[in-house]
Amino acid sequence: MALNSKHVETVIQVRGLSKHYRLGAFGFGSLREDINQWFEKRHDRKQVAQNKTKEVINESVELMALDNINFDVHRGEILGIIGRNGAGKSTLLKILSRITSPSSGSIKIKGRIGSLLEVGTGFHPELTGRENIFLNGAILGMTRSEIASKFEQIVDFSEMARFIDTPVKRYSSGMTVRLAFSVAAHLEPEILIVDEVLAVGDVEFQKKCIGKMEDVADHGRTVLFVSHNMNVIQSLCTRGILLNQGQLEYEGSIEETTSRYMSGTRETQSIKTSDFRGGLKQFIEFESLKVNDHSLDSKHAFSPSEPISITLTGDSGDDFKDAEIFVALFCDGFRIATLFDQDQATPLKEGRFESRFTIAGNTLNPARYSIQIGAQSPKRREWMISDFLASFSVIDLDNDHLQQRKRGPVNIVNQNGRRKQ
Amino acid sequence: MKTKLQKDDDWDLIIQPKGAWFELGLKEVWQYRDLVQLFVRRDFIAYYKQTVLGPAWHLLQPLLMTVVFTLVFGKIAKIPTDGVPPFIFYLAGTVIWTYFASVLSETSTTFLSNIQLFSKVYFPRLVAPISVALSKLIAFAIQLLFLVCFVVYYSMSSEAIQPNWLILATPALLLLLAIFALSVGMLITALTTRYRDLAILVGFGVQLWMYASPVVYPLSSVPTDWQFWVSLNPVAPIIETFRYAFLGVGLVDVKMLLTSTIVILILFVISLVNFNRVSRHFADTV
Repeated sequence: MALNSKHVETVIQVRGLSKHYRLGAFGFGSLREDINQWFEKRHDRKQVAQNKTKEVINESVELMALDNINFDVHRGEILGIIGRNGAGKSTLLKILSRITSPSSGSIKIKGRIGSLLEVGTGFHPELTGRENIFLNGAILGMTRSEIASKFEQIVDFSEMARFIDTPVKRYSSGMTVRLAFSVAAHLEPEILIVDEVLAVGDVEFQKKCIGKMEDVADHGRTVLFVSHNMNVIQSLCTRGILLNQGQLEYEGSIEETTSRYMSGTRETQSIKTSDFRGGLKQFIEFESLKVNDHSLDSKHAFSPSEPISITLTGDSGDDFKDAEIFVALFCDGFRIATLFDQDQATPLKEGRFESRFTIAGNTLNPARYSIQIGAQSPKRREWMISDFLASFSVIDLDNDHLQQRKRGPVNIVNQNGRRKQ
Repeated sequence: MKTKLQKDDDWDLIIQPKGAWFELGLKEVWQYRDLVQLFVRRDFIAYYKQTVLGPAWHLLQPLLMTVVFTLVFGKIAKIPTDGVPPFIFYLAGTVIWTYFASVLSETSTTFLSNIQLFSKVYFPRLVAPISVALSKLIAFAIQLLFLVCFVVYYSMSSEAIQPNWLILATPALLLLLAIFALSVGMLITALTTRYRDLAILVGFGVQLWMYASPVVYPLSSVPTDWQFWVSLNPVAPIIETFRYAFLGVGLVDVKMLLTSTIVILILFVISLVNFNRVSRHFADTV
C-alpha cells in the first residue's frame, strides 16, 4: 500500500483514441439532400449483393483527425502537445475538453478538468468587468462561491481595479484579454488544458501568466499545454508528445520531442498554405525553400566556415506598399535571429519574387538549426509565419575536441580579449 | 502491477464514443446551477441595458396584441368569449401564450446561437435552454401583474369575472407549459444542427399553433365533434385552466389536463435523451 502511494499516479489515460470526420459526401445542411440520400441508399441496398463499390467510395472521404492514440499523463506533469497545423492537436484538446466525442477509444480522467481553449469565452459586452468575472468563471466551471473567494485576487492580477464596474464594451481589446486571462489563471482544477492562448496580450502580462501556470503545476496539478512557441514549451513543460497527421509520433522528454518536431522530415517537398499561421497567408504563397541549393526534405550538414545561403521563392497575390520576407533561425527551440530580405520595409509587387538570405561563414557554431519562414507588412499590421520547414546542422569534423566546449549557437568572437594575471 | 490495479470506478470521468443510451443529464445541470443563475442574470441585464423602454416592452407587446385581437375577433368577427369582456379574455390568453411561444422559439435555436460558446468550452448544454425558460419568467411575471390589475378592475365592474382558488395552481401550470415549450424547442434545435431549413419554419409554425390553441377563442365555442382534436394539443387544457383560474370561465377537464401532463412528460424525456445525444457530436456538424 505504501508503495502504491509513492508511485506516480496516472491522472489521464488515453487508449486507442481515434476521431474521423466525414467529408464531402455527407451533406449537412438541408433536408432535401438527406432525403435524396436516403432514397439513394434504399436503392443501393437492393443492389448491394451485386455491387459494393459505392460503399468503398463513401468510406474513402473520411478524414482521420486522430488515429489510435495512446498515452498517459501523470499527476503534476506539464505535458506539451506539439505538432504541425492539422496534426490533430486541436481535435485532441476538443475531445479532452468534452466539446466533441471520439469515434472510438476512450479517455479516463481522475480529478476535475478545466480547459482553456480561448480567452474570454462568453464575455458579454454589456456587462461590467465584475459581472463578466462571475459569468466567465461559471462558464469555465467554477462555482459562485469559489469565484467570490478569489475575486480580489483576480482583480489584483488583472491590474484593472479602476475599471471593474465599467461595461466591457468600453474596454480596449488588450484590457479585455487581461481580465479574461486573470479569470482563467485562477481556475484551479486538478487538470488544466491550455491551448495557444498565451499568444495574446502584451509580453509582460504573458510572463505573469506563465509564472502563474508554473505555480499551478507546483501545487501538484497537471497541465496539458499546446503552443507553437518552442521557447515557452521548453521552459514550461516537463514532458512532451509529438503528433503527426493524427498519429502519435513520439512521447518522451520535452527536449527530445521539440527537437524531433523541429527537425522532422517532411513527406512532401512543397510548401503548403496550411503550414502557415497569420492573415497574410491569403495573399502570399511561398513555393520553394533551399538551403545552399538543397531542398527541404533533405537534412544537410555544413562546416562552420561555409557560408549558408537560404533562397525563398514565392508569389504575391497583391501589391504591398511595404512588406518584408523573413527567415527565423532557431536553435534548441529559441529564436536566435531573424533575417530580412530588405534593410527596411520596401514595396512588394504582385507576382513572383525571390529572396536570398546569406549567413556569413564562421557565424554559427556547431549545432542543429531549424528554419521558419514568413512575411510581414508593418503598415497593414499583418503577418504570416510557418511551422518549422527545414533544418540543417553545422558540424565541425576537424575539431572534435572543440565541440566539447559549450559555445552556444552564435559565434561572437571576443574582439580585444586579454587575460590579465 | 500498481497502475493496473486501478479499477474503472477509480476514475472520475470516462470519455467514450457513445454515452449511456438513456441519459437525462439533469443531475449535472444541478451541479451547474450557478451558471444557470448567471445566464439568467446576463440575459436580464443585457436586455435592459440595450432597450430604451426596458420593461415597458413587456407590457406594450401583449397590450397591442390584445387590442388587435379585441378589434378583429371581438368587434369584427364577433367570436364569443364565454360571456366576459373580450379585452380581458384575450389578454389572459395572450399572456400565457406569449410565455410558451417565446420559450419555444428561443430554445429552438439553442445550438445555432451558442456555436461560439459550445465549441470552446464544456458545460452541460442543457443549461442554455433551461436558463432561457427561466429568463422568460421575468417578462411573464410583469405581464401577469398587468393582467391581475385588469382582472381586479373588471371584477369590480362586471359580475361575469370570478377569479378563484385555481389561481394557486398557476405555478404548476407554468411549470408544465415551460417543460412542454422546452421539449419542443430542444427537439427542433437538435434537428436544426442537421437541417437548417427547419429554423425558418419555427416562427411560422408557432403562429399557426396559436390559432390551433384556444387563445383567441374559448374551447367551448369549438364544435363538439372537433373538441377531441383540439384537446390533443397539450397546450389547450393549460390555457383553458389558466383562464378559468383568473376569469372564472372556460372548460376545466381534469382528464384532459392529466392526459396532457402525461404526453408532456413523455415528450420531455424523449427530447432530453435526444438533445444529450446530439450535443455530443454537434460541434462536428455545425
